[in-house]
Amino acid sequence: MEPKTLFDKIWDAHVVKQVKDGPDVLYIDRHFIHEVTSPVAFLGLKNRGMKVFRPQNTIATPDHNVPTLEQHLPIKEELSRLQVEALKQNCAANDIQMYGLDHKYHGIVHIIGPELGVTQPGMTIVCGDSHTSTHGAFGSIAFGIGTSEVEMVFASQCILQPKPKKMRISVDGILGKDVTAKDIALYVIAQISASGGTGHFVEFAGSAIRSLSMEGRMTLCNMSIECGARGGMIAPDETTFAYVNGREFAPKGEEWDQKLAQWKLLKSDDGAVFDAEFKFDAADIEPMITYGTNPGMGIGVSGSIPTGENLIGSDLITFNKSLEYMGLNPGDKIKGKKVDYVFIGSCTNGRIEDFRLFAQFVKGKQKAESVTAWIVPGSKLVEQQIREEGIVEVLEAAGFALRQPGCSACLAMNEDKIPEGKYAVSTSNRNFEGRQGPGARTMLASPLMVAAAAVTGVVSDPRDF
Amino acid sequence: MSIEKFQKLVSTVVPLPIENVDTDQIIPARFLKAVERKGFGDNLFRDWRYKKDGTPNPDFVMNQPHFSGRILVGGKNFGSGSSREHAAWAIYDAGFRVVVSSFFADIFKSNVLNCGLLPVQVSEEFLAGIFETVEADPTAQFEVDLESQTITNVKAGASVKFDINSYKKECLLNGYDDIDFLISIEKEIAAFEKA
Repeated sequence: MEPKTLFDKIWDAHVVKQVKDGPDVLYIDRHFIHEVTSPVAFLGLKNRGMKVFRPQNTIATPDHNVPTLEQHLPIKEELSRLQVEALKQNCAANDIQMYGLDHKYHGIVHIIGPELGVTQPGMTIVCGDSHTSTHGAFGSIAFGIGTSEVEMVFASQCILQPKPKKMRISVDGILGKDVTAKDIALYVIAQISASGGTGHFVEFAGSAIRSLSMEGRMTLCNMSIECGARGGMIAPDETTFAYVNGREFAPKGEEWDQKLAQWKLLKSDDGAVFDAEFKFDAADIEPMITYGTNPGMGIGVSGSIPTGENLIGSDLITFNKSLEYMGLNPGDKIKGKKVDYVFIGSCTNGRIEDFRLFAQFVKGKQKAESVTAWIVPGSKLVEQQIREEGIVEVLEAAGFALRQPGCSACLAMNEDKIPEGKYAVSTSNRNFEGRQGPGARTMLASPLMVAAAAVTGVVSDPRDF
Repeated sequence: MSIEKFQKLVSTVVPLPIENVDTDQIIPARFLKAVERKGFGDNLFRDWRYKKDGTPNPDFVMNQPHFSGRILVGGKNFGSGSSREHAAWAIYDAGFRVVVSSFFADIFKSNVLNCGLLPVQVSEEFLAGIFETVEADPTAQFEVDLESQTITNVKAGASVKFDINSYKKECLLNGYDDIDFLISIEKEIAAFEKA
């Protein structure tokens, strides 16, 4: 038999039929929905006189526009409140399980799927959100879709998709001190560019990837969309199985044994062919930070902002526009640049491990007075764990306060907007113009880099402490 | 439900020679708070198109009366970032029917096709030619013909073919919609679930 990639194995097992000269009809195992990209799809369905085809495979949570303070009160912003209300009504009308703001399982859609055991190896998973790629960490095919596609899945539990090409990105070796999964992600994107993965689905491989926890793997797969890839995935292994086992919706008993036997087969065969391959050495990666307005504009913290001297034409125009927006000078050292805000949270770095790292660093130190810090857990369960592990006390002693779960300042749809012209070091995933608020200047980094910036008030290297 | 048919379009173009135009620029997240698909065109390129006080920014191409048309031409890697289909809706709602670039982000490309906009991917050279032509003469006409899969820079006399999946081409030519197709194979889907 011809060797197959992990991606091909899962994809091929989910093709209901192939459209002649067209896309595949791909069956979807899990559909996550939220308040922003679902209402128009529900409306379309209603206009066709239909209801959701497989509501039991659909899970909803409002996360994008919800406030991160005083969640027990009605949402102040009217349009946000209407979207959250619409989600509630649409879920009720279609028998969909929704984890609302008052539910113990509420949180960011890509945090709660894995922590509840809804996300499992070998599945196809979609959501009207590009960071659906997060779930690929479990060895599943997970990708973001548009609202028309959300409606397709509502109507048929299927989606029409051309099969993407396959790319393998291997990172081998041992990660240096204070180098995290986020740094791997930012390093890889800087190397292959913000569009280097377009048209491809990425499998991450290599010893450095294997060494990551599930939280780290989720961070890495989450960021795969930022190199333009359709998604990212990592073959499941003992780390994966141990994480899934025992979670609320994970298979139990005999079913677990059966599933486990199937999951153990989920890996790329020796000799499987990828359309593109990249190999990196873990030792070359240092704590990373971005200086520009796309996630590919990243450098090691000890480095300097590029001079742009080799660029011409539209590349140069784009580079200059970006640095002008950021108010940064070509050739300057990034270390020591002023920081006004820090944000830890989002589907990229809003898991318990991220808050543990942050807390370990700030323990016994003090938040810089000039810095405003937003500490936002990814879910209620993460928040609960932060409290149970005594992390809240560490944070409070260091001058930090915990907020409530939601997407928050990652995309600033709620009140958590970085003011115009201010610099924010953020654990989120996008540094686009205006992403964290109109005129906000975002520098993406790991939770440790954010912690270092939070206590010093400037871009700092966590290895110096 | 169906999408608007697309066969042939002859129009001037609106040039946006910037790379990596992400969906947060096309429509910022704070304008996604609607439960119906209408009115997004007003906020297309919101933070580039309007000044902070809400008045039009005269430096932005859409506010320059000599540039108009139903074809939007952007720099490479157009539509990266968020999966928000609102970005495609905003472009459509603002009156565009074709988006041209040398490279489109994947999700954006699907979204564009699903709302009845035609994405036309051309070489970097051809794209540069469009920008040059329109800079010299904003009234220059371009013809986009879906049947023959060609885009023609009428003035320069240059014509190139573009790729489109033949299924999607049929959908656009005839105004078909994917959901009608998926509903039509419901029995096959149910059989797949049982297998």
